[in-house]
Amino acid sequence: MAYSEKVIDHYQNPKNVGTLDKASKSVGTGLVGAPECGDVMRLQIEVDDATGVITDAKFKTFGCGSAIASSSLATEWLKGKSVDEALKVDNMDFVEELNLPPVKIHCSVLAEDAIKAAINDYRTKNGMEAIKFEESVVH
Amino acid sequence: MLKLPIYLDNNATTPMDPRVLEAMIPYFMQNFGNAASRNHPFGWQAEEAVDYAREQVAKLIGADPKEIIFTSGATEADNLGIKGVFEMYASKGNHIITATTEHKAVLDTCKHIEKLGGEVTYLPVNAEGLIDLKELEAAMRPTTILVAIMYANNEIGTIQPVKEISAIARRHGALVFSDATQAVGKIPVDVNKDGIDLMAFTAHKMYGPKGVGALYVRRKNPRVKVTAQMDGGGHERGMRSGTLNVPGIVGFGKACEICMLDMEADNKRIIKLRDKLESALMLLEEAYINGSVAHRLPHVTNISFKHVEGEGLLMGFNKNIALSSGSACTSASLEPSYVLKALGLGDDLAHSSLRFGLSRFTTEEEIDYTVKAISETVIKLREMSPLWEMYKEGIDLSTIEWAAH
Repeated sequence: MAYSEKVIDHYQNPKNVGTLDKASKSVGTGLVGAPECGDVMRLQIEVDDATGVITDAKFKTFGCGSAIASSSLATEWLKGKSVDEALKVDNMDFVEELNLPPVKIHCSVLAEDAIKAAINDYRTKNGMEAIKFEESVVH
Repeated sequence: MLKLPIYLDNNATTPMDPRVLEAMIPYFMQNFGNAASRNHPFGWQAEEAVDYAREQVAKLIGADPKEIIFTSGATEADNLGIKGVFEMYASKGNHIITATTEHKAVLDTCKHIEKLGGEVTYLPVNAEGLIDLKELEAAMRPTTILVAIMYANNEIGTIQPVKEISAIARRHGALVFSDATQAVGKIPVDVNKDGIDLMAFTAHKMYGPKGVGALYVRRKNPRVKVTAQMDGGGHERGMRSGTLNVPGIVGFGKACEICMLDMEADNKRIIKLRDKLESALMLLEEAYINGSVAHRLPHVTNISFKHVEGEGLLMGFNKNIALSSGSACTSASLEPSYVLKALGLGDDLAHSSLRFGLSRFTTEEEIDYTVKAISETVIKLREMSPLWEMYKEGIDLSTIEWAAH
């Protein structure tokens, strides 16, 4: 299977690989996927408490090139967005931007799930209720 | 001079040896006759060439030329051997014993037989990929007509104790079938010493052309027969109809002859290179060899690099190195390798595996390049892997509740 140029670029030059302090109140961490399934994504966001804007985002991913590219792209998209805007990122946005083939759609779903999980972690840490999302079905 | 890309996927297929191509060329345009044409020189020439190739093929496995049935490849030979015995010996019984790590051409054929009312026992394997002879003995029934165990595995290279298997099968009056696709031409295989009654193998795994293989069918002690699976002109002693692929068969014969002559020298060199590759890669942390190290094909190694996913790993160098992985992502089914899972490997390790298959054309330079490229990619991806970070922090990954999906 041939990868799109954008997937290859993110794989070769991943953006924002790293770790934020998960104990910090302004950091939200989302860990999704499972080693048994072949992909685990950890996405972290740092939120400015006053403005609600995501000031930093980092990822680490165990998975195929498309999973790495999706998480790298997610960190790029999240930086500078408000938390509310970040909630609107949809898995199909990844599919379109990275030209993911049908067998790789689960990578995009995982990236969307990781964003939501990170936001919920941030919310619960700061006394807000976790948002209930519909279960994603594509896996 | 190092030439890229490097080919290390020789369990999938091998390049053809130039000597094989040379032998085949006259049989496309000059000597194009049908080997079944009995009344003119074109047919005689073709038949003569096929007879010669049949001898070359038979010699490599210690068989009589009359025991070689040419087919389109190993998949067809697997189908013909297993289904052919099931139909031919229906009055004797309907039970077949095989193993969980067999190739799909055997497993799916056995599943087909179950649909036809046959009974199949799938023996498990141990962590090295070997079946347990006591379990085989215990699985034998009065109705067992066939024991179908592969000679060597395509993913991990583990060689089964074929002689011991056939001794047990024979004692219980069952025939022995072996899919020897990965073994013939690579290690000495002798159907008489090994006690094999039917054996499938193919040319393109031993530097011959694609599209031609053979089923060995024993003619003496006991005389074995299979029911044809294709109707037609009754070629190959009625067991496999269809005009013979003369150039392919000529190439197959030549490939067998070369393997016979060069096997020992080739293997000396290949084992050295394989061991160099393996020991260099095992210097990486958390690297594990899959399958038996003691009972293994000389040109194969299968290694898991924990906390790195196989397809992601391949992507780091697959423009320059051709390899395959047991990762789900490289298969159409999105399931990790059933062979590795049968060894008892967790899905995580199965996802992290690479299969290396060397050939007589592999060079030391290629191995050095491969070691460097893979080591660098493993290290880079581990820096990107949340699992590696957790492992380094001393977190037991099995205690984490992963979101099921």
